[in-house]
Amino acid sequence: MNIFEIKEGMGMAWDSLKANKMRSFLTILGVLIGVAAVIGMVSIIQGLNKSMATQIESLGSNTIYVTKEEIGIRLGRTPAEIRKRKPITFDDAMAVQELCPSVGAVSPQNWGPGRKVAKYKKNELTRFQLIGVMPSYEEVNNNYIKEGRFITSIDVHYKTKVCVLGEDIVEGLFPHVDPIGKDITLGGRNFSPKRFTIIGVMEKRPSILGESQNNFILLPYDTYKTLYPEEKELLLVAKPITPELMEKAIDEITEVMRRRRGVPSDKPNDFAVSTQDDLMDVYHQITNAIYLVMVVISSIALLVGGVGVMNIMLVSVTERTREIGIRKAIGARRKDVLWQFLIEAMTLSGSGGVLGIVFGLGLSKFISMVSPLPATVPFLWVLIGFSVAVSVGLIFGIYPAYRAAKVDPIVSLRYE
Amino acid sequence: MLIKTENLWKIYEVGAEKVHAVQGISLEVEKGEYLAIMGPSGSGKSTLMNLIGCLDTPTRGKYFLNGQLVSQLTDDELARIRSKEIGFVFQTFNLLPRATALHNVELPLIYNGTPSAERIRRAKDALKMVDLEDRMTHRPNELSGGQRQRVALARALSNNPSIILADEPTGNLDTATGSEIMQLFGRLHSQGNTLIVITHEAEVARYADRIIHIRDGKIEKEERLTKQG
Ligand SMILES: Nc1ncnc2c1ncn2[C@@H]1O[C@H](COP(=O)(O)OP(=O)(O)OP(=O)(O)O)[C@@H](O)[C@H]1O
Ligand SMILES: [Mg+2]
Repeated sequence: MNIFEIKEGMGMAWDSLKANKMRSFLTILGVLIGVAAVIGMVSIIQGLNKSMATQIESLGSNTIYVTKEEIGIRLGRTPAEIRKRKPITFDDAMAVQELCPSVGAVSPQNWGPGRKVAKYKKNELTRFQLIGVMPSYEEVNNNYIKEGRFITSIDVHYKTKVCVLGEDIVEGLFPHVDPIGKDITLGGRNFSPKRFTIIGVMEKRPSILGESQNNFILLPYDTYKTLYPEEKELLLVAKPITPELMEKAIDEITEVMRRRRGVPSDKPNDFAVSTQDDLMDVYHQITNAIYLVMVVISSIALLVGGVGVMNIMLVSVTERTREIGIRKAIGARRKDVLWQFLIEAMTLSGSGGVLGIVFGLGLSKFISMVSPLPATVPFLWVLIGFSVAVSVGLIFGIYPAYRAAKVDPIVSLRYE
Repeated sequence: MLIKTENLWKIYEVGAEKVHAVQGISLEVEKGEYLAIMGPSGSGKSTLMNLIGCLDTPTRGKYFLNGQLVSQLTDDELARIRSKEIGFVFQTFNLLPRATALHNVELPLIYNGTPSAERIRRAKDALKMVDLEDRMTHRPNELSGGQRQRVALARALSNNPSIILADEPTGNLDTATGSEIMQLFGRLHSQGNTLIVITHEAEVARYADRIIHIRDGKIEKEERLTKQG
């Protein structure tokens, strides 16, 4: 085989593609979908990598989260053992603060559930998070005050009616006014509207997966408790004194929590202590799930596409028996004919691959336009998509090409 | 001796029946000879040509081409010999319909591995030899029957074969065009090519040095022609 034969095989494949556009398109549709699925999914994962992974990293590597359930994706129902676990409480947070020498700061954070509303004059917001926090919130969450002042222990102790706003709330309620010192009205499911004075605005945080991280109102913890007395679920965030003490801090927290929750020494934890790495693991679970979906969709599509290519190539071999006979009569060997038809099959599936790549790139563009994901396709994956498409032609072209190579020139030249 | 066959047999088995297409033909052809093979339909002419052209192997007997025993070779070895030693001309031209005249003529050179520059040069020379250099980019359906047969002849010539085998080359042509083709054969012969032409027509066989008459797969008689002029 030489370059010329490759060119000839491609040329002939191209001719037969053109001669029968509809048939060819249907043939390569499977390959097209398969490759487009690969490119599309990869672009989603790339988008996730860009937004989520970097955001998880930005949370800081020395943050510890204590939760009732392990962080992760659970398929199916939550097991009874987990559902029966006790919630993490404010007192747990205080105990961790007091009893763990390696822990620098602890921030218990509580989210107000249900319908709520924030009002300033004619402006009104209903979609935001209302979080009860301690003064340690700033340091532990690595998110600091931008204007005004943060909540102090005095605010907590005296349950003062003050609040600190995230950037989105400022934009929503105070488009042209300095919010510091102004009063807003907060209402909720179980309490009548009350007035709160704004004491500060937080630094803007980058959004995660297009979800803004600035859509919150912070209240002093004890003020929050007057609004939501039933303490259900609490997120305990802790920070070691220095990054080197991370491991030690985790051990200490685990020990304290086990003791407080009365876990017998032979039983596993009935709570979870997680770090950035665990969040990363969750992230990888998500991307692996996407990869799995990708592999399944594209395998099925490529299989269908491959069978289509095989079918059309068998038709082509039958239609061109005479041509094969002529070629053999004038000196083509089996392998010359074999390669000719393999190249033709690869050209067919390869052009499906090219269309699939184009389609996939379009899909990626579309995703990055309509969703917050900055979806992109690395060039390597374009190459992989193309190679996979060509390989499909190679694999499913073998049998038709073998049939072509076996054609007996005498027989094929005899019958007209 | 260019061609030497010893007691060649070709027996086809069609179901339980056996067809004795060639029955013990011994034949010698010298280099530069112009041989015509005549015989009624079904007498085994094409079968004999397939054997001589290394398209097929005999059931029995030996065939030496250029002194090499070729009657026992594998398919791919035969293909190699065809690409180097044999040029075929068929009754129905057998050109690739989608390829240009030049590309059709190039084909044997592709399969015998001729480098591209030389290939194009030789293909063009071959087309010049049959007076078709102005039709190189035409496809078969843009050519007349006679022109198609000339392209086929150029294709048979392009690899500079030891033998040119033609099976009823004028069978699909009118008398005038047929005799043009035969004059072309005469010219090739005068340039030293070895030709074997199968035909029904005495008019066509007349151009040869020697005529072999075949009946029922056997050589019935042989006649040597003396050229006038
Ligand atoms: N592949 C084959 N299988 C079975 N029988 C065959 C095959 N090829 C040829 N024959 C038989 O062998 C005999 C000789 O056939 P062949 O084609 O050689 O005749 P021919 O002399 O070329 O005839 P024509 O002048 O009609 O072309 C015929 O009886 C034919 O039916
Ligand atoms: Mg015949």
